[in-house]
Amino acid sequence: MTALLEVKDLKVRVEEREILHGLTLTVNPGEVHAIMGPNGSGKSTLSHVIAGKPGYEVTDGQILFRGEDLLEMDPDERAAKGVFLAFQYPVEIPGVTTWNFLHTALNAQRKARGESPLTSPEFLKKVRAVAKSLNIPQDMLKRGVNVGFSGGEKKRNEILQMALFEPAVCILDEMDSGLDIDALRVAADGVNALRSPERAMVVITHYQRLLNYIVPDFVHVMSKGRVVKSGGKDLALELEASGYAQFEDAA
Amino acid sequence: MNLALAKNETGRPLSDSFAVARDRLPGTGKVAEARSAAFDAYDRVGLPHRRIEDWKYTDLRALMREVLPLAPAPDAAALKRAAAAVKLQAIKGARRLVLVDGAFAPKLSELDGLEKGLAIRTLREVLEGGDAALQTQLFTPDSANPLVALNSAMMTDGVVIEIANGVVLKQPLQVIHVATGATPAAMFTRSLLRLGKDAGATLVESYIAADGAKVYQAHDSLVVAIGDNSRLDHVRLVEDAREAVNISSAVLTLGAHAHFNTFGMTSGAAVSRYQATIAFAGEHSRVETNGVNLLNGRQHADTTLFMDHAVPHCVSREVFRAVADDRAHSVFQGRIIVRPDAQKTDAKMMTRALLLSDDAEADNKPELEIFADDVTCGHGATTGALDESLLFYLRARGLSEKEAQALLIQAFVGEAIESIVNDDLRELAIAAAQRWLEARS
Ligand SMILES: Nc1ncnc2c1ncn2[C@@H]1O[C@H](COP(=O)(O)OP(=O)(O)OP(=O)(O)O)[C@@H](O)[C@H]1O
Ligand SMILES: [Mg+2]
Repeated sequence: MTALLEVKDLKVRVEEREILHGLTLTVNPGEVHAIMGPNGSGKSTLSHVIAGKPGYEVTDGQILFRGEDLLEMDPDERAAKGVFLAFQYPVEIPGVTTWNFLHTALNAQRKARGESPLTSPEFLKKVRAVAKSLNIPQDMLKRGVNVGFSGGEKKRNEILQMALFEPAVCILDEMDSGLDIDALRVAADGVNALRSPERAMVVITHYQRLLNYIVPDFVHVMSKGRVVKSGGKDLALELEASGYAQFEDAA
Repeated sequence: MNLALAKNETGRPLSDSFAVARDRLPGTGKVAEARSAAFDAYDRVGLPHRRIEDWKYTDLRALMREVLPLAPAPDAAALKRAAAAVKLQAIKGARRLVLVDGAFAPKLSELDGLEKGLAIRTLREVLEGGDAALQTQLFTPDSANPLVALNSAMMTDGVVIEIANGVVLKQPLQVIHVATGATPAAMFTRSLLRLGKDAGATLVESYIAADGAKVYQAHDSLVVAIGDNSRLDHVRLVEDAREAVNISSAVLTLGAHAHFNTFGMTSGAAVSRYQATIAFAGEHSRVETNGVNLLNGRQHADTTLFMDHAVPHCVSREVFRAVADDRAHSVFQGRIIVRPDAQKTDAKMMTRALLLSDDAEADNKPELEIFADDVTCGHGATTGALDESLLFYLRARGLSEKEAQALLIQAFVGEAIESIVNDDLRELAIAAAQRWLEARS
């Protein structure tokens, strides 16, 4: 079986400084991986490099998506192939309605895959159903992308996109930050609803609590740009109790 | 009249051309005299160049080089091509008035069933007729501006629209300028809109090219008087051929408690200049002007606005957005004068430019001259590139680079387009912006 996502000995620099020092991670279809680790350990950097954000220099290693070299692809190509990143800090785009953005994005992905575009009514139907399942009010879709959204609303908007685009691998960068308990449960339910034998999730979080809702198959601890420990879901409980100090030296 | 003009820096050979053309130009007696005087005023300066302050960024001697010979009247084939081009600009419910190669085209226009209180004549009729007062009004624009003077000398046709007191038109008036010329030529048009008291109207002006029209010059001017308590909504869209020149001037005056809302967008023409003077002649009036330039290649577009606050208690708002790609050059000059009597003036001007390439240029020249002490005036300007983090967010969601840029450009100009009140006209402007965006991808 080819892995869905394989990060092999990845070294990444930002502005002449190495942030990831040889990171390896293998994600198979159907799996849920959690990545935990202290602030600044490189979790978002990893997610950005996977999504194709400019400004990162990969000096060594590989990222393969279904065996294909992901680093050779433009960000939109990756998205169309099924790579999705729910951003830790989703940006605000004034003047572009959420509605228009979602429709344009979905059709761009469909076009890249050689599928026919969704008409407005078809899209409307689809987005309404998804929004409803995530408790997202319709009027949020009429507003500018993330403009004036609360922190929780921004995160829910990310999950909405994930549900709409139906990606193969979902990287969720701190989707729990800024969510209250109820919102967290709704968002986690949304994520769980997308779990399937073909799809994989990489959940980046600081808190074990999220992992009560989205139960991972594997937990990885990142420190200073490397995975320093991997284990089952109990590793998260262990971390909650003892903190990261034990890994600081290992890195 | 197909006199080839030497590419002389002073534009002087035009005088021969004027001498030849004058017999073809409508109007005799006082009108002909006014034309000659205007021509002399133009001829003293010729095409303006960068050493003339007002033309610092738009050196017509370099950009335009010469004034082309007067376009011949359109023949049947030309009218047919014009009709096809006009179709694309159709807006439902508008009264269409079409000028082809500078001549009013009755067959393409709708002159029947004029609402009560609405009168429409052609410029030619008015110049050839005996309405001296109206003729004088037609010559009001300032001949100190050489291109206005040239237009006064050469104006061939246009529409003269009068709206009586108390009449609020439901149908927008849509003036479409179509160029069909297969051979390089210039057209000179002037239109007038007189809005009585307590009246209302919507005016759309579009500048387009029929299939095959490439190198031409559209010289247009507009004279507008908005009466007390009246409102004019105005949209102008310049979608001329990419090798064409468009030089348009407007002089607008507002009575008391009047309202003028105007939106202009230039996405066509190689070289264009829109110069408008808006004068407040009555108190408690309001003007909103919104402008957009969408430029790429080597396009050069200049918008020069002069807001003249001569009386108290008036409000003006100017919002201007420029998008320049490749080696394009956008110019915005906004001059606001608040004269000594114009207390309680509230005048603001905001320009933003978006540069999509390192070689694109946007010049912004605000000029505030304030001679009254109890006023609120201000201006601001920003210039920048597209936000990388927004671009990446969109690309991470599957949009190609061009698609992501297009969405952000739409958003950037959207705020100005939103100022158009009439839904159909807003759609027309959005469609024009869309055409520009699609052409670049
Ligand atoms: N664009 C950048 N320029 C300079 N340094 C950067 C840049 N992006 C990230 N870094 C640095 O890289 C390191 C890793 O940052 P990253 O955001 O990946 O950490 P993180 O694990 O996601 O942290 P957090 O838990 O706080 O979200 C940090 O030291 C950060 O300052
Ligand atoms: Mg982070």
